[in-house]
Amino acid sequence: MSNIRFEQIEGKSLGFYALIAGLGGLVLAALGSAYYMEHHGHFVTGMSNRIVWGMPHVFALFLIVAASGALNVASISSVFNKKLYKPLSRLSGLVALSLLAGGLMVLVLDLGRPDRLIIAMTEYNFKSIFAWNIILYNGFFVVVAVYLWLLFERRMNKFSRKAGLVAFGWRLILTTGTGSIFGFLVAKQAYDAVIMAPMFIIMSFAFGLAFFILILMASYQWTNRPLEDAVVNRLSNLLGVFVVAVMYFVAVYHLGNLYLAENTGVENFILFDGGIYTKLFWYGQIILGGLTPTVLIYHPATKGNRSMLGLASVLIIIGGLIQLYVIIIGGQAYPMELFPGKEILEGYGGVAQYSASLPEIFLGIGGVALAIIAVTFLVKLLAFLPESLADNAAQNK
Amino acid sequence: MNKTLNRRDFIKTMSATTIGVATVASGITLTTFASTNKVPVTNEKRWGMLIDTNKLTEADIDGMVSACQKEQGWGSELYSTGNQKPGWIKKLKVKDKATGKVSNLALMCQHCEEPPCVDVCPTNASMKREDGIVLVDKHLCIGCRYCMMACPYDARSFVHETLRNQKEHMPRGKGTVESCTMCVHKVDKGEVPACVASVNSDAVIFGDLYDVSSKINQTLKTVQSAQIRADLNLNTGIRYSGI
Repeated sequence: MSNIRFEQIEGKSLGFYALIAGLGGLVLAALGSAYYMEHHGHFVTGMSNRIVWGMPHVFALFLIVAASGALNVASISSVFNKKLYKPLSRLSGLVALSLLAGGLMVLVLDLGRPDRLIIAMTEYNFKSIFAWNIILYNGFFVVVAVYLWLLFERRMNKFSRKAGLVAFGWRLILTTGTGSIFGFLVAKQAYDAVIMAPMFIIMSFAFGLAFFILILMASYQWTNRPLEDAVVNRLSNLLGVFVVAVMYFVAVYHLGNLYLAENTGVENFILFDGGIYTKLFWYGQIILGGLTPTVLIYHPATKGNRSMLGLASVLIIIGGLIQLYVIIIGGQAYPMELFPGKEILEGYGGVAQYSASLPEIFLGIGGVALAIIAVTFLVKLLAFLPESLADNAAQNK
Repeated sequence: MNKTLNRRDFIKTMSATTIGVATVASGITLTTFASTNKVPVTNEKRWGMLIDTNKLTEADIDGMVSACQKEQGWGSELYSTGNQKPGWIKKLKVKDKATGKVSNLALMCQHCEEPPCVDVCPTNASMKREDGIVLVDKHLCIGCRYCMMACPYDARSFVHETLRNQKEHMPRGKGTVESCTMCVHKVDKGEVPACVASVNSDAVIFGDLYDVSSKINQTLKTVQSAQIRADLNLNTGIRYSGI
């Protein structure tokens, strides 16, 4: 892997500026939405005292989870010493940091008091998983930034493998923390399952890699750089394994819950009679975001086809957002079991209603736009992309 | 009843009385402060409430809700929808699936000994006083709402809009979380919470759970009582009999 040359993209075409302008518009719309929600208060959103985390959290947690997964490629290169992936390590780190920045922007701007961010950074309750996550997210920036510097600085290359190991460990802990936000919530029947931590890790693998593949293919396509099959097919296979693994964890999570009588109510709600949540689970999460990409990746008729891989990646991202919607919103919509053996006639209960308002949706999309705009700018500013990923250049595993 | 106050509350009180009161109307000062007493709050007391659902009438519960609203100033939000409006205390009607027996009860913050809201709060805004009263420090609350996710009693509310005409002793604020304070401002002056005072019978008994001479302690020794979601081992300060 001695002769890989990295080069910035030129970034002078009309398409480049159009992309920046479009994404910039979305980021501005997100900032405007945040201002509107903050100025008026959250009554302009679809959130309530029952659904306290709405659409912004769906996007924020999706991006944070995907950020961890986007580091996959760098991890495989550094931790498992797969040289095929080494040229992609820089981009992997960049996509990871950009997705995390997008996710955190959404998370912070959805706070009731975003102006008090300094309090979140200075007052820590070390018993709170949320507080751990604040440390883990900030640490992720530092760890990956150092890792990227070691990759960029030729004299420091020799230390990059160790830094990659640290980054790998850090991102596993980070996603464990994100999954544990739900996994250790005893109050709600839909959560309180330790399996949510590893499930979030495997979700991160799939969502992050899907993002990475799309950005890789788009950047090589739009800059007319060679990107041949050795790399793409490997990534495609990896993505397929991750998507199947996500479905496996989802199955174990739901079967495990069904085994416990106290959770049959919420399981019936999500799997069978939960209206929109049941439809989103089966059609969105499982069929659209799980089975269809698996077929596209593995079926002989579509295997190896880049458009189909791109489509599979898009579906995994959409399915991932739907999966988080079902987990976050569906989990809150189902009422808590306050009085086992009793029916609540008045005062509490029933399925909580939620429909996302436009500002919430704009804020969420703005986070995705911020992540992509950051990647787009930085590949112009610094040499993140190998000049060529042609088979003869990349295939030196 | 001793007037009690810890150092934290004392500091809050001093700053609140000099700066806070003047700015309450603008909604900037948001902390709960107690009396001017300098005696620290200790864990020698554990404030609690016993609600007898057999004696508590629907009218009693309506009165409790109104008294709480009047005392603390919530419920007159202009723009929040039904599910967005704060609800510090709720009137619940519960039917036993097997026997059909219907019970009416008031549900508020249960003032847990092991409060999940305090565990999850990233900034220590959710806190428990030594005497068992669970509060939100609204200067520290960033409005992340994780405590609302963690509360097994749906007892916390988020303020969805700018507020006007607030009570001097209960500054609240848009974008922060709030819940029943067990009328800490009254309790620290030796009074009982507004909801308890509104009930004319002994359907609701308030007092120090640890004090063997208190009515609540003595009654709890003689009647069958329950904690809501006792399976979670939170050891709530609010107890119910008759359910």
